[in-house]
Amino acid sequence: MTTSNYASERETDEGRVFTVTGGDWDTIVSGTDPINDERIVVNMGPQHPSTHGVLRLVLELEGETVREARSVIGYLHTGIEKNLEYRNWVQGSTFVTRMDYLAPIFNETAYALAVEKLLGITDDITERATTIRVLMMELNRISSHLVWLATTGMELGAISIMLYGFREREYILDIFETITGLRMNHAYVRPGGVAQDVPDDAIVKIREFLKMMPKKLKEYEDLLSGQPIWTERTKNVAVLDVTGCVALGITGPVLRSAGLAWDLRKTMPYCGYETYEFDVPTHPDGDVWGRYQVRLAEIRESMKLVEQALDRLRPGPVMVADRKIAWPAQLAIGVDGMGNSLEHVAKIMGQSMESLIHHFKLVTEGFRVPPGQVYVAIEAPRGELGVHAVSDGGTRPYRVHYREPSFVNLQALPAMAEGGLIADVIAGGASLDPVMGGCDR
Amino acid sequence: MTSPTDKPNDGGVPLPVVPAGATSGAPAEFPPASPAGRGMFGNQGTGDVSGYGGLVRQRQPIEEASRPYGGYFDEVRDALEEAYPAFNDAIEKVVVDRGELTLHVRPERIAEVCQVMRDDLALRFELCSSVSGADYLGADERRLHVVYLLTSMTYRRRVRLEAAVSVEAPHLPSVTAIYPTADWQEREAYDMFGIVFDGHPNLTRILMPDDWEGHPQRKDYPLGGVPVEYKGAEIQPPNERRSYQ
Repeated sequence: MTTSNYASERETDEGRVFTVTGGDWDTIVSGTDPINDERIVVNMGPQHPSTHGVLRLVLELEGETVREARSVIGYLHTGIEKNLEYRNWVQGSTFVTRMDYLAPIFNETAYALAVEKLLGITDDITERATTIRVLMMELNRISSHLVWLATTGMELGAISIMLYGFREREYILDIFETITGLRMNHAYVRPGGVAQDVPDDAIVKIREFLKMMPKKLKEYEDLLSGQPIWTERTKNVAVLDVTGCVALGITGPVLRSAGLAWDLRKTMPYCGYETYEFDVPTHPDGDVWGRYQVRLAEIRESMKLVEQALDRLRPGPVMVADRKIAWPAQLAIGVDGMGNSLEHVAKIMGQSMESLIHHFKLVTEGFRVPPGQVYVAIEAPRGELGVHAVSDGGTRPYRVHYREPSFVNLQALPAMAEGGLIADVIAGGASLDPVMGGCDR
Repeated sequence: MTSPTDKPNDGGVPLPVVPAGATSGAPAEFPPASPAGRGMFGNQGTGDVSGYGGLVRQRQPIEEASRPYGGYFDEVRDALEEAYPAFNDAIEKVVVDRGELTLHVRPERIAEVCQVMRDDLALRFELCSSVSGADYLGADERRLHVVYLLTSMTYRRRVRLEAAVSVEAPHLPSVTAIYPTADWQEREAYDMFGIVFDGHPNLTRILMPDDWEGHPQRKDYPLGGVPVEYKGAEIQPPNERRSYQ
């Protein structure tokens, strides 16, 4: 039998028990407060795979329960709004398209609509240009929701849906490449119309996509909807009701998942949405499951809209008739995006000196926009995307502010996460679908 | 990083000249000193021999709207006037432009007006869509403007409220108690313009780093940038290139 110099010992029913004492131990024990000191602070992000880009969350945890959650943003701030003030009005579209990089067409369209309203040419936009904008926006909505489905699936442990979502999204990006020359950051929708007419092979591709997509959607639902882990992770998680949403300014699928059918395409229509046939899906529960259901239903509604827009495409100009505003709109698509219009180059370089002067002035100097301010809002995949544009009468924007749904919606994260489990922070954050490029601008 | 005051004035930025009559208190006048009003090519005594340098563009000032405003604007004004006794003191100016209604509000009254706008049954502006700043340098002593875009989901209406403060005393009450969504948007306006919202629970920088100096979206804050070499030629940074105004 061994005796210890360090611990007293006694015999019990379950064997010998040593009681260890000494040194600093007593002071350490007396210095802690087991009731209140259980809270730990965890920094999630800014480089965490489950925070949708460079979002940092500071979580105060008690065990696995989140007591306080604070989001820290700004890691992707690129000063786009300030930069716009140093470029002419048309150059602005190449900047704004880079804000919310999953919904570039929406950024461009909102900007174009704002500039057109300032110019007072809203009614002069050709029907074909407006229809193309609707077509592109709805395709973009589908691709954005697909990325949401893919990344949210991955974050909640469903890896296959990530591959499927990105696969189908790639198909839409192919369509965009055929039309605009680029997969992302298109600068396609410009003040006055669009930069390029839709080529015929793009129409064929879109029709193919519409034929293929319903089967794929069914696949997603077969994969996720009945799966117990998916329902456990989403149902009754990160609930936010209508009151909470309106107070925090949350719009888009999150608001609709709480039961309020607020969709700017219906309630304050633009681009002729009032003439299209589509429904606004809602869900009563206001949880992550509801947002999943709403987004899947919105993909279906967007497909209806794409189909109607395709049927409405009639030949015609895609740029406003006013030559003081219209940039040369028929550009050739090159390997690296939109290139030159050979016809236009031949005209200005070979035939008409006045055309050359006009082209030079329009491109380097730009057009003037009468002074004033406007606010234009459209329904982006994440909610109300608003543009507050101010002109002082010059060729450059005086001030452009983007009311970004990602930025505003992220404020709801503490309301959703506090009091819940740490695993549900991921589900709740993902269900808001924040895109940090848009949030930080 | 260069400090905002390193360079006096670069292309496209209006000069900080306070024009005559600017103390009338009326905000939203565009800067008369802005290059946009200085002639077609914005040149100042340089070697322009085309003769166009003397051309002056006439710009229509944005004036106070007169009744009837049209649309729902009259109803909104009447309802606010009825529900808010201090209307005449609080509202400086009503502007209707491009189908949008703007109420210019005295900054110290902005929270009260928002409260009435939200709660009155005939107004019901439940949603604060957007809060943003704008810097009208050279237009007025109160050059920093805060622009609130309120949306009524019940009546499907929009109204813009605008409050102007000076750089020396950039204070106005926060509306976060009325519209919690204004929290981050007011922080952004503070970060970018240095507008201080009194009563905001946590008015700190949001997009720029915490130790950043200056407020980047003010008009006297330079864009910055470095020249780039392209095919042997040096291209100046955007704020030093020629601007056409």
